[in-house]
Amino acid sequence: MISLDLTSALPEVFLACAAMVLLMLGVFRRAGSTRLVLVLTVVVLAVALLLIVFSPDDRALAFNGLFVTDNFTAYMKVLVLLGAALTIGMSLGYIEREQMDRFEFPVLMLFATLGMLAMVSANDLISLYLGLELQSLSLYVITAFRRDSVRSSEAGLKYFVLGALSSGMLLYGSSMVYGFAGSTNFEALAEVLAADLAFGRAPSLGLIVGLVFLLAGLAFKVSAVPFHMWTPDVYEGAPTPVTAFLASAPKVAAMALIVRVMVGPFGDLFEQWQQIVVVISIGSMVLGAFAAINQTNIKRLMAYSSIGHMGYVLVGLAAGTEAGVLGIVVYLAIYLIMNIGTFACILCMSQEGRMVERIEDLKGLGKSNPLMALALTILMFSMAGIPPLAGFFGKYFVFLAAIKAGLYALAVIGVLASVVGAFYYVRIVKLMYFEEPAEVLDRPIGAVLRLMITGTSLAMVLFLLVAGPVVGGAGAAAAALFAG
Amino acid sequence: MILQALAFYLFAFVAVASGVMVIASRNPVHSVLFLILAFFNGAGLFVLMGAEFLAMILVLVYVGAVAVLFLFVVMMLDINYVEMRKGFLQYLPVGGLIGLILLVELTFVAGAWVAAPAAVASIPIAPPEQVHNTRALGNVIYTDYIYLFQAAGLVLLVAMVGAIVLTLRQREGVRRQSIARQIGRKRGDSIELKDVPRGSGV
Repeated sequence: MISLDLTSALPEVFLACAAMVLLMLGVFRRAGSTRLVLVLTVVVLAVALLLIVFSPDDRALAFNGLFVTDNFTAYMKVLVLLGAALTIGMSLGYIEREQMDRFEFPVLMLFATLGMLAMVSANDLISLYLGLELQSLSLYVITAFRRDSVRSSEAGLKYFVLGALSSGMLLYGSSMVYGFAGSTNFEALAEVLAADLAFGRAPSLGLIVGLVFLLAGLAFKVSAVPFHMWTPDVYEGAPTPVTAFLASAPKVAAMALIVRVMVGPFGDLFEQWQQIVVVISIGSMVLGAFAAINQTNIKRLMAYSSIGHMGYVLVGLAAGTEAGVLGIVVYLAIYLIMNIGTFACILCMSQEGRMVERIEDLKGLGKSNPLMALALTILMFSMAGIPPLAGFFGKYFVFLAAIKAGLYALAVIGVLASVVGAFYYVRIVKLMYFEEPAEVLDRPIGAVLRLMITGTSLAMVLFLLVAGPVVGGAGAAAAALFAG
Repeated sequence: MILQALAFYLFAFVAVASGVMVIASRNPVHSVLFLILAFFNGAGLFVLMGAEFLAMILVLVYVGAVAVLFLFVVMMLDINYVEMRKGFLQYLPVGGLIGLILLVELTFVAGAWVAAPAAVASIPIAPPEQVHNTRALGNVIYTDYIYLFQAAGLVLLVAMVGAIVLTLRQREGVRRQSIARQIGRKRGDSIELKDVPRGSGV
C-alpha cells in the first residue's frame, strides 16, 4: 500500500488553501477588494509555479495511487499555471472597465486552474473526472459572469448543457471500462490490457466501447471536430478575458489528459484509438481552416483557429510515439504563448472606450498604432506557421512525428489545411496595413497589455534562442510518459 | 432464516410498489409521500444486508431532509401536472419503441457480460463481520479516497460560489436583521410606562 504522501501534491494543496483564503478575504473585505484579490491570485499562481519548478523530477505517486507526478505533469503544469497567471493578469483592466469586477472572478479562475492541475496529475478515472468537473464548473460560471448580458448568459448556459452531456459520456465510458477491466486505476488498467495482449486475447468489446465514449467526452473538452459546436458561440458570448482563459490553459490541461489516458493505460489499444484520433484530427484541421474564412467576429475566428490548432496537436497523438508526444508538448507551449499574445491584442480593441470585436475594426491599425500592428502581424504569421517564427516549429515537430510513424496522408492533409488557414491569418494583416479605417482604435493601451503583447511577440520571433530548453524539457516530459 | 427472507420480500415488494406509485399517482404530494415510503423500505433492505449505518443515514438525510425539501418545492410551485401529461399518448408509440430497443440491447449486454475477476477482488471494503460499518466507511472515505473526497468538496464549494455569483443581487431598501441593534435595544426605547389615574382613562 502506498502511503499518503502529500509532498508531491504540495502545489495543489497550496493552491486549494490559497483559493479558500482569497475567497474569505474577498467576502470579509467586501467592495473594492477585486484588485487586491486578483493581484494576490497571480502571486499565488506564481508561487505554485515555483513549487513545481523546484519539485523533484522523478515519478511519484500520492494519495494511494490516485495522483501522479513526473516530468510530463511538471511541464504541463508549468504551462497551465503560466497561461492562467498571464490571462488572469491581463483581465484586470477589462473587468474594471466593464463593471464586472467582483472578487469571485479571480477566485473562480483559481479554482479552475486547480482543477486543471488535478486533471494533469490524474492517475485514476475518478480523479480524472473530479479534476475535469472542478475545472468545467468554474469555467461555466465565469463564462456567464456578465449576468446582465444576454450573450454571456446564453454562452454560459450552452456551455453548461453541452458540458454536462460530455461529462455524461465520459462517465458512461468510465463505467464501461471499470466493468470490463476491473479497475479505474491507470496502472492496473495497463496491466489488464498487457495481460490480454500477452495471452493473445483480443481486448473485450465492452472495454473498447468504453474507450470510445471516454475519448468522445475528452474530445469535447478540447473541442475537436465532431464535438466542437459549442466553441464559437461560447467564445463569442463570454467576456473577452474569459475567452482568452478558455482558449489557453484548459486546452493544455485537457490535451495533457488525453495524451496521458491514451498513451498510459490504453497504450496497448493503440490500433483501436489511433483511427479515432486520425479522424477527429483531420476533421478539426479542415474545419478550423475552412469555417474560419467567413467569420467577421474576431473571437469567433479565434474559436475556429483553436479548433484547427487542436487538430494539429492531435496529429502528434495519432503518431503515438515518443516523438509525437514531444511534438504535442512543444506545440502546446507555443500555442499557449501565441494565443495569449493574440488575446492581449483583442483586449486592446476599443473605440472611444467601448470594446469592439469585429475584424473590420482592425482596419488601418498599421497607421494608427504601428507597434501593435507589427506585434499582431508577428503573432498571425506565427499562427499560420511561417518560418522562422515559433508557430512553424510546433507544426514541424508534429508533422515530423506523423511522417516517421508512416502517416503520410495525415501529414499532407495537415500541411494543406495550414495553407488554407494561412489565408485568414494573412487577411487580418492585410486589413491592418492596406485598408482605410472607418474609426481608429483607442490609444494608449494599458501597461500590462503592452508588456504581454511585446513579450509574446518577441518570444515568437526569438523562439530559436530558447528552443533548446523548450524542446529539451518537452523531450524529458515525453520520455517520462513512455518510461513505464 | 425464513423470517429474514420474509422481511426481504416485504421490503422489496413495498419498495418497488411505492416506486411505481411515485410516477403513477396524480397528486404530486402523494408522489413525494410514496417516495418517502420507498426510502424507508430501502433502509430496511440495508439493515438486512448488515449496513446499519447506511440505513440510518438514508432515513436521516433522505427522509429527514431531501424528501421534506421536495415536499416544500412541490407545495410551493403550482404546476399543473395534468397539462404536462397531455402529449403522453401521442408520444407513447415512439417512446415505447425506443424503450423496447434499449431493453433488448441491455439484455444482449447482460448476456455477454463477464465480470472481470479483478473487479470483484478490487472492492476495497472489508467484510462486515470483521470491521463495523462506520469504521469501514471512514476508512474508505477519509483514508483511501481522501483525495477524491476533498476534490468533491471543492467541486461543491465552486458550485455554491457560482450559484451565489450568478444570482445574488444587492437590493436597495431591504430591511435586514441587525443583531447588534436588536441586542443593544433598551427597555426604554420601546416601552413607555404611563401612570394612569384611576377612573379617568388614558
